[in-house]
Amino acid sequence: MIEVNNIHKSFGDAHVLKGISTIFEKGKTNLIIGSSGSGKTVFIKCLLGLLIPEQGTISFDGRIYSELEPSERRNLRQEMGMVFQGSALFDSMTVEGNVMFPLDMFTKQPKSEMLDRVNFVLNRVNLSDANDKYPAEISGGMQKRVAIARAIVMNPKYLFCDEPNSGLDPKTAIIIDNLIQEITQEYDITTVINSHDMNSVMEIGEKIIFLKDGLKEWEGSNKEIFKTDNAAVTNFVYSSELFKKVRQMYIEERN
Amino acid sequence: MNYVSSIGSYTIMVREVFKKPTKWPIMKSLILKEIDELIYGSMGIIIFISFFIGGVVAIQTALNISNPLIPRNLIGFATRQSVILEFAPTFTSIIMAGKVGSYITSSIGTMRVTEQIDALEVMGVNSLNYLVFPKIIAMFLYPFAIAIAMYVGIFGGWIAGVFGGFSSSADFIEGLQLDFIPFHVTYSFIKSVVFAFVIATVPSYHGYYMKGGALEVGKASTTAFVWTSVVIIILNYILTQLLLG
Repeated sequence: MIEVNNIHKSFGDAHVLKGISTIFEKGKTNLIIGSSGSGKTVFIKCLLGLLIPEQGTISFDGRIYSELEPSERRNLRQEMGMVFQGSALFDSMTVEGNVMFPLDMFTKQPKSEMLDRVNFVLNRVNLSDANDKYPAEISGGMQKRVAIARAIVMNPKYLFCDEPNSGLDPKTAIIIDNLIQEITQEYDITTVINSHDMNSVMEIGEKIIFLKDGLKEWEGSNKEIFKTDNAAVTNFVYSSELFKKVRQMYIEERN
Repeated sequence: MNYVSSIGSYTIMVREVFKKPTKWPIMKSLILKEIDELIYGSMGIIIFISFFIGGVVAIQTALNISNPLIPRNLIGFATRQSVILEFAPTFTSIIMAGKVGSYITSSIGTMRVTEQIDALEVMGVNSLNYLVFPKIIAMFLYPFAIAIAMYVGIFGGWIAGVFGGFSSSADFIEGLQLDFIPFHVTYSFIKSVVFAFVIATVPSYHGYYMKGGALEVGKASTTAFVWTSVVIIILNYILTQLLLG
C-alpha cells in the first residue's frame, strides 16, 4: 500500500502539485487520470522518488520515503518496477539482456538461475521466442511486454506504469491492460498507472484518481465513474460521443 | 551566473560518478566496451592525423630555413619538439573532443531522451557511475594513444623530410636526438591524462543534463565539442605555465 499525504511540488513559479493525498491499495490497479499538464507525470515521478516533493509525505507500507537513509531508499527502489511510456529498453542489449539486467545488478544468483527467471517472466508476458532480439527489431507491443517483464523480474511490491498502452492499437492496448491487471492480482502488487486511455479506465480502473490543475478533483472506481456528477470528470471521461452514449445507456439501464 | 551554475553542477556530477559503484563484473565489461569504442576505435584517425601533421611540420620548417648557416638537423629537432609538446597531446585531444566527445554526448543524451537513464535510476542504479565511470577509466589509456601519435608524427616528419628531399635521414635523426629533455615527454603525458578526463566528463555532463528531444541531442553534441575544446585550450595554457614556465 502506498499512502500519499498532502504532497506539493513546484518548478520555479509553477506550482504543479498542490497538496495531493490518496491511498493506493495493494492488489489493485490504481489509475491516475487527467488532461495534459494536470500533473500526472510529476505525481508519478514523485512516487518513484525521481522528484522530491517540497512538502508532504509518501509512505510505502509504513516506510516514509523522505525519512529513509540512502541505503534504505536503494533497497526500496529495488522493490519497485516501472514501465515507461516509451518502454525505455536499453538499445544495446537484447530482450534477454534487458530483462536480466536488474537480476545481474542486484542479485548473486548463478547465471542459469537468472536465465530460468528471465524465461519464466518472458513466458508470463507471452513473449517466449524473442530472447535474442534487440529492442529495435521488435514491435511496440512486444517492447511494452519486455518492459513489463523487466519490471516484474525482481518480484516488485510496487509496479508503476506511465501510459503503458500509448502508441498501441486498441486490441494490443487491451491485452497489455489485462496483462498488468492479471500480474497485479497474481503477485498482489500495488500497481499505479498513469493513463489517458478511457478504455483502460473502464477495463482496469479499480481505483481512479482524477487530477486537475495539480489537485485531486475526484476519486472512485470504474463503476462509480459512470455515476459521478463531477463536471470536470464527465467532461474529461465522456469527451467522445461514443462514451457519452455509453454513459447515457448505463444511466437508462440503471433507472 | 549561468556559467558558475554549470561549473557547480559539473562538479557535483563528477562527485556522484565516484559514489555507489556498480558491481565489478558488470563494470569490467563496461570498461572493456568503452576501451574498444573510445580508444581502439579512435586509433585510425589518430594515426592518420599524426602522420600528416608530422609531415607538414617537417616541410614547413624546411621551407622556412633559407639561411645556409642554419643546420639541416633543425628539421628533425623542430618536428620532435612540435609533435611531442603540442601536436600529439593538444591537437589530437581537440580532434578527440569532436570524435569521442560527440559520441559520448549523443549516446548519453539519447538515453536521457528515451528515459533509459530514468529506468536505471528507478531500479536503484547510480546512473552516473554506470555511464560515466567506465568512460573515465577507459580514457586513462589515452596517454598510450598519444605515445603512438608522437611516434607516428615523428615518423611522418621523417618520411616527408627525407623522401621530399628536404633533409638527409642522418640529419633528421641527429635533430631528433639534439637537446632532448625527457621531462617534455612526461609533461605531454601529464597533459594527456588531464585532457582525457575532460574528454570523458565534459561531453558526459552535456549529454546527461540535456533536456528535449532528438534535435536537442544534436545541439548538445555541438555545445559539448565547443566547451570541451575551450576547456582543453585553457588547461593547456595553465599546465604549460605550471610545468614548463
